[in-house]
Amino acid sequence: MSGTSDAHSIVEPGPTSRRVASVVVIVYALVSMVPLAWIVMTGFKSPDTAIAYPPEVVFEPTLEGYVNLFTDRTRQTPEYMADLPPPETWYDELVRSRNMVITGPSRFFGRYKNSLIIGFGSTFLAVFLGTLAAYAFSRFRVPLKDDLLFFILSTRMFPPIAVAVPIYLMYRALGLSDSHFGMIILYTAVNLSLSVWLLKGFVDEIPREYEEAAMIDGYTRLQAFWKVVLPQMSAGIAATAIFCLIFAWNEYAFALLLTSGNAQTAPPFIPIIIGEGGLDWPAVAAGTTLFMLPVVIFTVILRRHLLRGITFGAVRR
Amino acid sequence: MAEIRLERLHKAFADFVAVDDVNLTVEAGQFFVLLGPSGCGKTTTLRMIAGLELPTSGTVRLDGQDVTSLRPAKRDIAFVFQLFALYPHMNVRRNIAYPLRSQGLPSAEIRRRVEETARILRIEHLLDQPIGRLAGGDRQRVALGRALVRHPKCFLMDEPLGTLDTAFRELMCEELRDLHDRLGATTVYVTHDQIEAIAMADRIAVMHKGVVLQVDPPAEIYHRPRSLFVAQFIGSPAMNFLDCEGRLGRGADQVRVAGTTAQVPALHEDAPQDRLVFGVRPEHVRLDDGAGLRGRVYGVEYMGSRQILTVDTEGGRLRVRAANTARAEIGDQVGLAFDPANVVLFDPESEAALESTLIGGAAHG
Repeated sequence: MSGTSDAHSIVEPGPTSRRVASVVVIVYALVSMVPLAWIVMTGFKSPDTAIAYPPEVVFEPTLEGYVNLFTDRTRQTPEYMADLPPPETWYDELVRSRNMVITGPSRFFGRYKNSLIIGFGSTFLAVFLGTLAAYAFSRFRVPLKDDLLFFILSTRMFPPIAVAVPIYLMYRALGLSDSHFGMIILYTAVNLSLSVWLLKGFVDEIPREYEEAAMIDGYTRLQAFWKVVLPQMSAGIAATAIFCLIFAWNEYAFALLLTSGNAQTAPPFIPIIIGEGGLDWPAVAAGTTLFMLPVVIFTVILRRHLLRGITFGAVRR
Repeated sequence: MAEIRLERLHKAFADFVAVDDVNLTVEAGQFFVLLGPSGCGKTTTLRMIAGLELPTSGTVRLDGQDVTSLRPAKRDIAFVFQLFALYPHMNVRRNIAYPLRSQGLPSAEIRRRVEETARILRIEHLLDQPIGRLAGGDRQRVALGRALVRHPKCFLMDEPLGTLDTAFRELMCEELRDLHDRLGATTVYVTHDQIEAIAMADRIAVMHKGVVLQVDPPAEIYHRPRSLFVAQFIGSPAMNFLDCEGRLGRGADQVRVAGTTAQVPALHEDAPQDRLVFGVRPEHVRLDDGAGLRGRVYGVEYMGSRQILTVDTEGGRLRVRAANTARAEIGDQVGLAFDPANVVLFDPESEAALESTLIGGAAHG
């Protein structure tokens, strides 16, 4: 630990290894950041600079992409434009400079709201059910426990999209297609196996004595679970919630297949934002930037737990 | 304060019998120790008293009331766990207060009781500390505090000193016993450590393979073991066992052992067979140059206040507790004599001690 001494334990990495490791980590971090930075940058470019070749790294930023993302617009004749009263807002002005007028808000906001409802809704359900199931598997004598756990895990052994056709037909028959509820239970079903297995590991780490002590101290099992076990599980729950949210938030294939209007999430919507003469890249990039934010914020809030949680409780106790 | 009575208590896990037909009575106010090697069923027995484990059959009575299928919370008992099971997300004060909160006491009353308990255990200065920052001994005191604060009918303790270092364990032994004497609460204490058991107990029940072998005060257990297992489990260094032969009837007081004749307490029953086991504790063997039994010193362990000699004889290897002034070196030829009043004969088949002037005939339990 001390920076002045050269002496170090043989099991601890020496200064050279440390330096090499830092360089590798920094390079890897930069490589991972470049696409993200590019997306954020593109969101502030104009449609022309976005597709300019060679790519422009230094450019004059504009909010056109964000305005286009949130609005529907039509092109008008120069005569019509000339007859209009002066623009009321900065975004009116921006749109008019392209000989267009705003006809109304775009559907992006609604899609974004769908993503929030479905993503967080299914995450909550998967973690809630997963916590209860994990506790039961860890503490109770469940008949056929090992078989059940294997069965739960086996739902992860094929890509979820492999069952797309049966699910599509089932959803159509049940009237669940393009509904929030349908998407929430679908993502919950996919995530539940992950959540049960992850959380069971965390519950196993918590000594039974805590609950037993609470039960002797005059509490019921449910109270003991709520007041003693749950606080101990917070790291595991946070880590599991992040994994579930990332899946549900980014899921594209089912969303494309099963949703079209009412419950469509942002992933199938963002790539098809059409501008003049093709895809509106700045608007797509702006949508992607905004789309990343909730997961980033959620992860940052739970980061402290996540670091502890990903080690699977290996260092606790 | 309460009397605990176990009647024909039986517990099986699948095809493993953990506790086999145990009958015990712990009198009100007693410090009762369940002693045995790991896996002997002592912890399972304790957990059945607490209600953490449901017996396969049999009855648990607290003050005469059948509580066998009562929830732990309804039994008014306190349990101290080996790993303390202090809630890590609460500080010391909240840990101790936790049992009182479930009773819905007013917070002023809770505060008063917690502080009173902390005073008894001398941990007032720790009340606002988080659990994570406490040393092992302090955690132990907090765990005791959580048990004490409720003034329960009885205390159940599962190897509560098991994780402490030796010096601290001795101190806690004294403190626990002192605490018990002041509160007078019925205590059932589980341990595999015979020294702890002998130091603290009013009565000890020695368990082995799910069966209670002997229930007696510590001195009885030590001096009058009723079975081979109790004899070898209690005492450090362990009792010496030699094979001996001879047809012994009631009243016999001599046996042939290791090529010589030794005096034993007169038998109160006929020996069931010719081959017997002759048991004598190291402190009841003395160096005696005139004795008939000769042996060669194999090892010398100097223990400060005494020394333990290991001597090879014709009948086998013997441990002798000798004064620290005794001069004996490895390879020396020595004579050994037994204290005739403290020899126990065992039937190797049933492992039971033969009744004699030392081992009384009264049934125990």
